[in-house]
Amino acid sequence: MVVTEVTAAEIAAKVADLCIRACTVLPPDVVAALNAAREREESPVGRDVLSRLIENAQLAAAEGIPMCQDTGLAVVFVELGESVRVTGAGLRAAIADGVREGYERGYLRKSVVYSPLDRRNTGDNTPPVIHTELVPGDRLKITVAAKGAGSENMSRLKMMVPADGIEAVIAFVREAVEYAGASACPPVVVGVGLGGSFEQCALIAKKALLRPLTDANPDPAAAKLERQLLEAVDATGIGPMAVGGRVTALAVKVETAPCHIASMPVAVNLQCHAARHAEYRWG
Amino acid sequence: MARQQPTDAGETPALPGPVLVTTPLTEEVVLALRAGQPVLITGVLYTARDAAHRRMAEAIESGEELPFDVRGQIIYYVGPTPPPPGKIIGAAGPTTSGRMDKLTPMLLERGLKGMIGKGSRSAEVKGALVKHKAVYFGGLGGAGALMSKRIRAAELVAYEDLGTEAIRRLEVEDFPVIVINDCYGGDAYAEARLRWKKI
Repeated sequence: MVVTEVTAAEIAAKVADLCIRACTVLPPDVVAALNAAREREESPVGRDVLSRLIENAQLAAAEGIPMCQDTGLAVVFVELGESVRVTGAGLRAAIADGVREGYERGYLRKSVVYSPLDRRNTGDNTPPVIHTELVPGDRLKITVAAKGAGSENMSRLKMMVPADGIEAVIAFVREAVEYAGASACPPVVVGVGLGGSFEQCALIAKKALLRPLTDANPDPAAAKLERQLLEAVDATGIGPMAVGGRVTALAVKVETAPCHIASMPVAVNLQCHAARHAEYRWG
Repeated sequence: MARQQPTDAGETPALPGPVLVTTPLTEEVVLALRAGQPVLITGVLYTARDAAHRRMAEAIESGEELPFDVRGQIIYYVGPTPPPPGKIIGAAGPTTSGRMDKLTPMLLERGLKGMIGKGSRSAEVKGALVKHKAVYFGGLGGAGALMSKRIRAAELVAYEDLGTEAIRRLEVEDFPVIVINDCYGGDAYAEARLRWKKI
């Protein structure tokens, strides 16, 4: 088997760049969604808010200022080819080194504490949260998502049962967005995990947030649920920054996973309008 | 003081012009503000969030003086990013206010007149705003780059060891906020949902 080698130093350097890019440059699909939202928003105050958010994104990109002061916990998704070998320091150490460098060099906020019990800041925004998936072949893909607490704190998971039905799922998602209100910085992106086990459900909800905002789930049933959920969320009238309007969400993304015959886990991972993530592929 | 910003003659503004407010906030200004009004603040804000509020609560409990005189002042719930060399401050948008709810009434009792953050306040805070004639403003959540441009000066006041959570004195110009809770019990978030919700 041919083994492709990637050095830990190369990974660290790339992760550092990804942290800075994620926090200063909003992905083009998110910018396009904000522009589209301004077009369809009927509330004058809501339109004004959306204009300012677009201006904020432009300013951040042009001047290299983080678009939001909460530059988040670095959540890193790795797709590691089975024939890729990381040389030098290990993969996890390389990613942590990259986060440390990126948050320092990019003047990003360090928002991580050692322990939820002592609340002491680690001072360099490490450790990151790393999700590694082994994939066939010789490719390596790293995605950095800077996840702020405003929307993360408003996320939730419920172990529903099949008898609850899809209406209960829709109500659960709508209630999560309603409860979050302005705290999640709407218009939000809603990542929904449906099925799987307890922890898998939360993970697929987070992964859903990385999808391009313009796509739809390839499964027609899940795509239909995405449309129903977007309609339900927008019907709340929360609007941009919760000051009222038609646009409460830029998108709702549903990811499903096989689950136990007795289970229907539902996870809602909320993402603010500053939907920050950046990725790089080797191979 | 508060006055309406003039709009250009002949133009039909999409919005009522924002109210211009200068600090310190007097009772007269607070009485004139209504939930839902856009406001531009010029003057001084003090930053404080979770950790600084806990320290201020401890100071009050042990009978010590607060690090600044809160009377007539506005607290901004923000933990900015570090300023790059030559810059006044990094990104500086509002954080979620609800986390400060339990420690807010004691500051309102001592004369604090305004707060800037994002998200709903507790019934206790809303009641205290009415009782003590104060106001809660919503900033533009997630627009930290834009809001940093309205900050003209930043100076450390207390709790330097808290880093981003230290208390800083900011001088701001035309700082854009919206009145969320006024001193009459008005709530812009609740009113917005009533108006825009589809049944």
